[in-house]
Amino acid sequence: MSDMGTYIKRPNRALQFYALIFLIVLYVPVLFIPMFSFNDSIYVRFPLEGFTLQWYVELWAREPVWAALFNSVKVGAVVSIISTGRGGVAARAITRDRVPGRAAIVTFIMMPLVIPGIIFGVALLVLMSQLGVPLSLYTVGLGHLIVCMPFAVATLLPRFEGFDASLEEASADLGENGWWTFWRVTFPVVFPGVVASLLLTFTISFDEFIMAFFLTGTDPTLPMYIWGQLRFPQEFPSVLALSSLILFVSFILVFIAQYIGRMGLDDEKNLA
Amino acid sequence: MTSSDAFISIQSVNKYFGSFQAIDDVSMDIGQGEFFSLLGSSGCGKTTLLRMLAGFESTSTGEIFIDGHPMSDVPPHFRPVNMVFQSYAIFPHLNVRDNIAYGLRKQKLPKSERDAMVDEMLELIALPGYGNRKANELSGGQRQRIALARALILKPKVLLLDEPLGALDKQLREQMQLELRALQRQVGITFVFVTHDQEEALTLSDRIAVMSGGKVLQVDTPAGLYETPTSREVASFIGNMNFFRGTVRRNGASAGAVEAEGLGTIPVPIDQLTKPDGAPVQVALRPEKFSLSGDQPTADLAVEGRLSNTAYLGERSHYYIKVPGKEDPIAVSSTNFDRVSGGSSQDDAPVWLSWSPDSVVILDAD
Repeated sequence: MSDMGTYIKRPNRALQFYALIFLIVLYVPVLFIPMFSFNDSIYVRFPLEGFTLQWYVELWAREPVWAALFNSVKVGAVVSIISTGRGGVAARAITRDRVPGRAAIVTFIMMPLVIPGIIFGVALLVLMSQLGVPLSLYTVGLGHLIVCMPFAVATLLPRFEGFDASLEEASADLGENGWWTFWRVTFPVVFPGVVASLLLTFTISFDEFIMAFFLTGTDPTLPMYIWGQLRFPQEFPSVLALSSLILFVSFILVFIAQYIGRMGLDDEKNLA
Repeated sequence: MTSSDAFISIQSVNKYFGSFQAIDDVSMDIGQGEFFSLLGSSGCGKTTLLRMLAGFESTSTGEIFIDGHPMSDVPPHFRPVNMVFQSYAIFPHLNVRDNIAYGLRKQKLPKSERDAMVDEMLELIALPGYGNRKANELSGGQRQRIALARALILKPKVLLLDEPLGALDKQLREQMQLELRALQRQVGITFVFVTHDQEEALTLSDRIAVMSGGKVLQVDTPAGLYETPTSREVASFIGNMNFFRGTVRRNGASAGAVEAEGLGTIPVPIDQLTKPDGAPVQVALRPEKFSLSGDQPTADLAVEGRLSNTAYLGERSHYYIKVPGKEDPIAVSSTNFDRVSGGSSQDDAPVWLSWSPDSVVILDAD
């Protein structure tokens, strides 16, 4: 037969072309933001007027940006640790224990992915005001926990599913109790998933806007700060510069998270 | 063996998973230093029983004693047993040395002493110098040996092995069988070995428990199981067996006799006959207990039949012989018939079957 083999292996030019167009349409609008952040004009319009780092320099000197950045980092750090911890416990229970209604539990955990953020936001706002809890970074963090939990569980589940339950039994058999088995076997084996989950949930919390919009008190997170600045046209290039930085850092973090999360998974499959 | 000198004593143990009974009233004793196998096809309860010894499954009723102590309330990490898992369960994040030393943490040994123990184990499993290899750089046979070393370094009273050779290819498996047997003699620890491979069980074991449907059918030495099975199930599970419907014809005299389909009235060892005259029984004869010849042999016990099929296996052949009065052909395993005995192995050729009365086994009727 021909070198091309069967239709299963033959490349499909039309589909490849479609995929390329798809990716361009998806990402080009986003690329306008960094492009205009280097443009020497306060107006976002073509033609571009020249290259400048002025907006980044301005950004550097602005106190409220730093305050908002630290707020976001604080919330992101706490939310990523708590949601990864809880996600790990949930993933362990789902994969190891004989849980009745396992599928239903997973669906419930994943639900926040498909429930509009505005509904959760409004619901939490109502709840907080009824309870008399003042809005603060704590309430923002609570909202972010709901958003981040599905991502933590989704990242950690494959790690737990991918590892042989007899490893934990072997540890028990060799004399270790539950505590030591967790720290000597379970945790090291799922560690790449934990790191991936921490990075991913941090990024999601860091970028999250809707929950923050409803639940922020007097201290804005970074996306809330950007939202506030959009009212002032002369600030817009700086907002673009800030957005570009967030975009860049988020991309790096998620990329690392994906890479670490898959680490070792393929090796183990090859051995089995 | 009596309960008093039993090292492991399993007493009236039952295990239910929901309404499914995985273990059905199992009692047996295993002696100190014995190589004991649990043999059965998958789902027979052998692995469940092993996991109950390790403490990973509880007993629904009954009690397991190890070295005289009841085990019900003892969790796996306090039991004087160690296990080699079917998947080997080598810790993927640790190197060979740390895998083997895993269970030594609580002994709080100085590093030099610990290293010496690990080196000794690496020597024992014939993998010296492999200490710094990572788990994913090991072959199946090496992983199996490391799983053994990791268990043996703790000097357990009992080593439990869950089909440890199942994942290896045939040649390596045969080599590991010999090594395992030699190792067991060397360390003198009681081995409880789970397998579905009857040949493996026969090769390795001092005694074998044949299990089916959660019950223990027979516990005996390999030769005992092969030569004197007590049920049709055991007889057909261990090796091949020809069965003939029969009726007891003479009992109580110095010799017994049974009328068997296709064979006529044949003498049987008197100790095999526990049923009264006229009772239905089954006569069982191994394929290799028959001799074949082209002409009528001088032996008293001989019947004539016709060759219906032949399977050539190299050193031996399997012949299937139709005899008048029996529906299924009789299977006979023999060295190649036409070259040795000058007979014809053409289909439908007449052949004579002869056998010794001692080789006959009498079983209860179905």
